[in-house]
Amino acid sequence: MKHRYLKNVTTLAYSKEKCVGCKKCTEVCPHGVFDIKEKKARIIDRDSCMECGACALNCPASAIEVNAGTGCALAIIMGWFTGQEPTCGCSNSGCC
Amino acid sequence: MNENNSCCCSSDDCCGEQPIKAVSTTLSRKDILGAWRMRWGIGRMDYTVEPGLYAVGKPDNDSPVFVSANYKLTFDTLRKNLDGLNCWLLILDTKGVNVWCAAGKGTFGTDELIHRIETSELSKYVSHKKLVLPQLGATGVSAHEVKRHSEFDVHYGPVRASDIKEYIDAGYEATKEMRTVQFNLWDRLVLTPIELIPALKYTLPVFGVMLLANQFAAKPFDKTDILSDAGAVIAGSVLTPVLLPYIPGNAFAMKGWFLGLGCTVGILGISGKLKKGSALLSAGHLLLFPAISSFIAMNFTGASTYTSPSGVNKEMKTVLPFIVGAIAIGAALTLGAHLFGRRKTK
Repeated sequence: MKHRYLKNVTTLAYSKEKCVGCKKCTEVCPHGVFDIKEKKARIIDRDSCMECGACALNCPASAIEVNAGTGCALAIIMGWFTGQEPTCGCSNSGCC
Repeated sequence: MNENNSCCCSSDDCCGEQPIKAVSTTLSRKDILGAWRMRWGIGRMDYTVEPGLYAVGKPDNDSPVFVSANYKLTFDTLRKNLDGLNCWLLILDTKGVNVWCAAGKGTFGTDELIHRIETSELSKYVSHKKLVLPQLGATGVSAHEVKRHSEFDVHYGPVRASDIKEYIDAGYEATKEMRTVQFNLWDRLVLTPIELIPALKYTLPVFGVMLLANQFAAKPFDKTDILSDAGAVIAGSVLTPVLLPYIPGNAFAMKGWFLGLGCTVGILGISGKLKKGSALLSAGHLLLFPAISSFIAMNFTGASTYTSPSGVNKEMKTVLPFIVGAIAIGAALTLGAHLFGRRKTK
């Protein structure tokens, strides 16, 4: 059974013009968000994006942008309190 | 850990060349016990292996190189799946954190990989320029940057170490299945102890306050309260993770709230509180305990394999005011019902 989270929230942005068709995004995405059609990548399952950032980091043409981060409630709450970027740096909880 | 230093002398650096540690592909009883300890969160932040180059079987300069993290649970899972292979393991210093989390933090990252290729003198041991990384490492590693700085080609292997042999047999090609992160029943079940224990830790003071309050003449709490609190914690930290895909809703807070509600209604029903017409108490419990489950369940987003930060942010901004409000009002009603109810019967 495929897990589904909230719809229409991801910050994933992709530029077909910049794409060089290297397929790296389809290789690194853990949720099958991309596939290749006519030598260009395309987004086929946007709502499965978890914003891990692997695609953007491995895109040699900088055709992908995403606000990558950790989807962890505790990390985000800590981020609100400390005013820093949320990181999964918890030492005593189950968030990683 | 199973390692044979073939170096004759006791000091590590006396033999000119660094000794390469040999790795066994079978886990000892100690390794298996260690894995259980980790799952229960005992000494979890200090379960590491030394970073560097390791040999599995009898690798030569043509053997594949697999890159991984120095969390011992990760290291053990990997070597267990390399039985019968001759290969090299390049272990990065991820401060004892698994590949995906370390990649998210950047410790399993481009810089560390480049650094480790150099310090391990990998080029002395292999004549090819191919590294196989776990796919989830891609969150921290930029393949083209590694290539630019080290000449090594990063190939992303399967997500799971158990697919490595199939991946090699297919000519270093991963299927879509191998590329997709799962979150099946077993994956979720092994995470429940590490959810339950902190949840209990945070709610223990609540039990403490209840028991302490009961030392006074009024005895405001009874076993239904204590049972309901325990039920709410278990509903949020164990039942929600286990039943995750089967509970209605997309938001974790909603899933936890549903199960917390079921648990609370059940306990109220069994205790007969619903029948006795203690409306105030029932209302208090129904507000308080599902909200606690909901909050704990939301915390499981961090352990799940598919929630985005944007999504979690949205979920929290929407539900946190309700959770905080419900807990405050619910706790006040519960306390009021007990004190008020008791005075009336006297």
